[in-house]
Amino acid sequence: MKPAAFDYVRAETLDEALGVLAAEGGDARVIAGGQSFMAMLNMRLARPKVLVDIMRISSLDAITEEKGEIVVGAGVRQAKLLAWDKLSAKIPLVALALPWTGHVQTRSRGTICGSVAHADPSAEMPLSLIALGGSVHLRSAKKRRRVLASDYITGMMSTARSDDEMIEAVSFPVDAGNGYAFREIARRHGDFAIVACAAIARKDGVRLAVGGVADKPEIRDLPLLNGSALDDALNAFAYELDARDDVHATARYRRELVRRIGRSVIEEALTCRG
Amino acid sequence: MAQNASNAIESGGAKGRVGAPAADDRPWVGRSLERVEDGALLTGRGRFIDDLGVAPGTLHAAILRSPHAHADILSIDTEAARQSPDVVAVLTGEDIKALTASLVVGVKAPVECWPIATDRVRYVGEPVVIVVAADRYKAEDALDLIDVRYAVRPAVVDPLAAIAEDAAILHDGFPRNVASDRRFRYGDPEAAFADAAHRISVDIRYPRNSCTPIETYGVVADYNPGEDAYDILANFQGPFSIHAVISRALKLPGNRVRLRTPPDSGGSFGVKQGVFPYIVLIAAAARVAGRPVKWIEDRLEHLSASTSATNRATTLSAAVDRDGKILALDWDQVEDCGAHLRAPEPATLYRMHGNLTGAYDIRNVAVRNRVVVTNKTPTGLNRGFGGPQVYFALERLTHAIAVELGLDHLDVIRRNLVPAEAFPYRTATGALLDSGDYAAGIELGVRDGGLAELKRRRDAARAEGRLYGIGYAAVVEPSVSNMGYITTVLTPAERRKAGPKNGAQATATVSIDPVGAVMVHIASVPQGQGHRTVISQVVADVFGVAPKDVRVNTEVDTAKDAWSIASGNYASRFAAAVAGTAKIAADRLAARLKRIAATQLNVEADDIEFAKGRVGSKSNPDNSIPFGRVAALSHWSPGSLPDDVGQTIRETAFWTPPELTAPDEDDRVNSSLCHGFIFDYCGVEIDRVTGETRIDSYVTTHDCGTILHPGMVDGQIRGGFAQGFGAALLEEFAYGPDGSYLTGTFADYLLPTATELPELKILHMETPSPFTPLGAKGVGEGNCMSTPVCIANAVADALGVQNIELPLVPAKVTEFIHGEERAAPEGAAVKPRAKTPGERCMQGEGSAHVNVGPETVWTMLLDPETLRAIIPGCHSVEKVSDTHFRADVTLGIGPVKGRYRAEVKLTDLDPPRGVTLGGSVDGALGFGGGEGRITLTPDGKGGTTLSYKYDAAVGGKVASIGGRLLDGAARVIIGQFFAALARQAGSSVAEGGSAGLLSKLRALFGAKK
Repeated sequence: MKPAAFDYVRAETLDEALGVLAAEGGDARVIAGGQSFMAMLNMRLARPKVLVDIMRISSLDAITEEKGEIVVGAGVRQAKLLAWDKLSAKIPLVALALPWTGHVQTRSRGTICGSVAHADPSAEMPLSLIALGGSVHLRSAKKRRRVLASDYITGMMSTARSDDEMIEAVSFPVDAGNGYAFREIARRHGDFAIVACAAIARKDGVRLAVGGVADKPEIRDLPLLNGSALDDALNAFAYELDARDDVHATARYRRELVRRIGRSVIEEALTCRG
Repeated sequence: MAQNASNAIESGGAKGRVGAPAADDRPWVGRSLERVEDGALLTGRGRFIDDLGVAPGTLHAAILRSPHAHADILSIDTEAARQSPDVVAVLTGEDIKALTASLVVGVKAPVECWPIATDRVRYVGEPVVIVVAADRYKAEDALDLIDVRYAVRPAVVDPLAAIAEDAAILHDGFPRNVASDRRFRYGDPEAAFADAAHRISVDIRYPRNSCTPIETYGVVADYNPGEDAYDILANFQGPFSIHAVISRALKLPGNRVRLRTPPDSGGSFGVKQGVFPYIVLIAAAARVAGRPVKWIEDRLEHLSASTSATNRATTLSAAVDRDGKILALDWDQVEDCGAHLRAPEPATLYRMHGNLTGAYDIRNVAVRNRVVVTNKTPTGLNRGFGGPQVYFALERLTHAIAVELGLDHLDVIRRNLVPAEAFPYRTATGALLDSGDYAAGIELGVRDGGLAELKRRRDAARAEGRLYGIGYAAVVEPSVSNMGYITTVLTPAERRKAGPKNGAQATATVSIDPVGAVMVHIASVPQGQGHRTVISQVVADVFGVAPKDVRVNTEVDTAKDAWSIASGNYASRFAAAVAGTAKIAADRLAARLKRIAATQLNVEADDIEFAKGRVGSKSNPDNSIPFGRVAALSHWSPGSLPDDVGQTIRETAFWTPPELTAPDEDDRVNSSLCHGFIFDYCGVEIDRVTGETRIDSYVTTHDCGTILHPGMVDGQIRGGFAQGFGAALLEEFAYGPDGSYLTGTFADYLLPTATELPELKILHMETPSPFTPLGAKGVGEGNCMSTPVCIANAVADALGVQNIELPLVPAKVTEFIHGEERAAPEGAAVKPRAKTPGERCMQGEGSAHVNVGPETVWTMLLDPETLRAIIPGCHSVEKVSDTHFRADVTLGIGPVKGRYRAEVKLTDLDPPRGVTLGGSVDGALGFGGGEGRITLTPDGKGGTTLSYKYDAAVGGKVASIGGRLLDGAARVIIGQFFAALARQAGSSVAEGGSAGLLSKLRALFGAKK
């Protein structure tokens, strides 16, 4: 369990990092907190020629509010965002979801953007970003572009990022004053979610986002339903997610949790909205 | 006499148990002293095998392992690996066969057992090639260059399927995959069943798991050609009977195989016994390399291929009278030992043979024991060793009896207990239960554990409609194994031929240096338990000194130390056997020191006592001399010792209990020396939505005889409980139907952490063993035996169902709660797939639309150039025939990429309407195979709709470590194929075969635009 040989570039500036990506393309890989990627390297699942470490680029380690969005730089570790004093006020859903991401130890290393870049279907940050209608800020030596998170993640660990691009930041629209709820079912706390549900209750309806079931987080906007109408809607959503079996859960169990936990987070979000 | 010990671990030995005498005069034994081991361990100064320096020039080994559960090895091409930089040696099965002899097989059969695959692989992870290089990185680089071709055979995974008529056979010498099939009969079970009012049975499938130490295997081996001898350092734990197996395999007498153990070990729980095949491999590699070779097992190797406990299929029936009294048992056990029956297996099955009646007085027993091989990792020692499997069946049975007869489970347990006045009690199958008062243990647990309150909580919860249950388990915990018990697998005639095997030689050496400092050496190979602390207490009491004045060494060196085949750390033998043997050695020295002191002090030897660092007269406390002065005489002035007293410099004691006799002519065996008693009960609540089992309260009552160190006893109980809890709720080595190994990381093999574990209430009583020097019994494994079934009984009680299988995965539990699933809404395109949980067959379907007609698409599909363009990551395509292609491809999703050989065959050609595309890929990350039917339908506008449906299966490394993501990954890769086909055909419009797939394909195609 030792990685294959690779070159290591500890970029001091964003330009330096982008320069390596421009030169090496798909042979280069950005490493930030390394909480998923180091294991993949050690198991030789990934064999990049060059590893670009971006954690010394100080400009990336920033949480800022710009034009109604909370912009989280690629160097911001999960622990830092979780400790940010305005988190609950500005993006309450993230405040609810982030404690479910891994463990204290992994959050001290792992980054928000790294989790989005990795696009694990069970991960809480891609789920939250998609639920909130957030964006991914991509940067290459040549250009910048913004992609909606729901377009950015194209499937299981698959994204719209080009080989010469890296995530510079992600932005969560400031979303306060609505009702929020988050709940996740895993075999143990901190494990990959079997089903993760986030609900946002607005005046005119609710949004349910589900991770861990389909190949990527999926969202469903529902009008204000209750009783059997809500059950019907959740049942349809549960089947559409095309759940699958693995050693931890069956497809049927996942559908059941989408129906039941989905309903409970929606009700909780509506209650919180008041 | 029941005594309720404090639940809290005492610190510093300042406080004693209730009723202990005043602090100064108390013996050291029985106190919770701070452990001498902890200072180093807690400050990062532990000296584990991987921390120790190695000789200059030491090389490092890496092992190429089988991705297949069952396959013939067609060829192994190691040429490129040999040419790889800094590679010194490459060894295949042929090389190992030339250098070594087969390992000992656990039964008499024409079967060989090599530590590396020779012509066939029989489990995922079986070693195939060893590479020795300058460092581990370069060794692993070279592994990637080795090309092994396999012809896959059907695999057998389940032990009952393995003995079916048409099952694939692993070893020709084990017909029907059965290595042993023995029947036993004690008393008159047939008559008891015929006369009994009821026959009540349970069918049990006990899963595979392991106690997974944090430190993996490690070996450093060197070969000295001048001496024709090996020097091996390994974190082996014993039993040292395995030393004989190792030296036999290395084709040398034992005195040329020096085996040493490192000062510290990062846990074992039995598992480190399984390092021995690697000792043989790395020793052979060192011989070939001509330099020392080091190998440290990595976690994937450990989880997939080190060893495991056995999984077992058991049918257990009881003849029961109307009151719930059990008159006879009928055991039918099918033991799954994995791919090879490595010594000492099938010991897991026979370790419990004397204890098949548990804590109960049952005189009639029938047993059928079958030992079966399957395409899974070979099994070996594991904490609990046979106990979890046996007690799961026995205590599920007593629960079933209660349910069926409408009795209280605890009443059924009470009614059948061995009565207190019957000890020592000979069980029907031969165990001699040394001491106990089981009924008193149960009453202690009921009273002090708060059962009445727990029942109130249950009733209140049930009144609110919650799922709440209470479970019980009463078990006898055997310790100090009879080295002869394993011969019960042989018939009496075979045993007579082989010669008797029995006993359990424990050894300890006490020495005193020229200024009276006491040293003790024991061959118990502790793995973190604290043996050094307890031995210092025991010996300090004998010499009247403080434990800090006694230094204990537990490293083993077979070239210098006293040891026997029974040495090592297993069968909970330390407190009962090893600590007692240290006392015997110290007592012998003390007796001689008394005689010396008697002459010095001019008193009778009987009047001498050791206290507070001095040796003195009991009758005249003023008449004393320092311990060191007396002890030093043997060094400084042997001439002034009394006649015949001998030396007091060093004493080695060997002790074997006479009660451990060989199995008798009627197959009765006293399989263990000591028998502790455990009574557990717990309350659980099951979440109606998630199916999660929450332990509301867990009480465990122990009688392990005399308690030497209360804190460590509680530590053992907590540790065993954690592993029993894991077995009940989380842990399973999962295999696919093709033998693929599915739980190769700690993300899939789930261990309980402190977060998951509930508080444990521990109660004690002490009934000393009459058979051990200190009255102590083993206490290391009990909760591994009692906890899984106690939790299962509580869950059965909560759900009102009987067929409980471990682990209690919530998805499985909800099947009892959720009822029939709600159907998909009318018109929904997605249908739930009918699959069994854990099955690795992936299925999918989808469609794509291209702007050319079916004929054009057809031509493209059969054209190597088009295939090269559309097969994801294709480097080259070789056309073998019109319908058979070979390709070299890089496949992957996200950062996960691997290079594979691909074979594509087209069959069932129906031009231009449909074709079946079958393929396989094979590479360092694993292998895959599948088949898909592609249907081409003209859309009436000059274009074509391609629909596809596939079944695929993936194995090897990716299946072991990425099971959670494989389905999605396969979809992405297969999607890439059709996206590329559509692109190649000049179109990029796709339509999903289902709503769910539609969005995915759109996203996928959108990204490629």
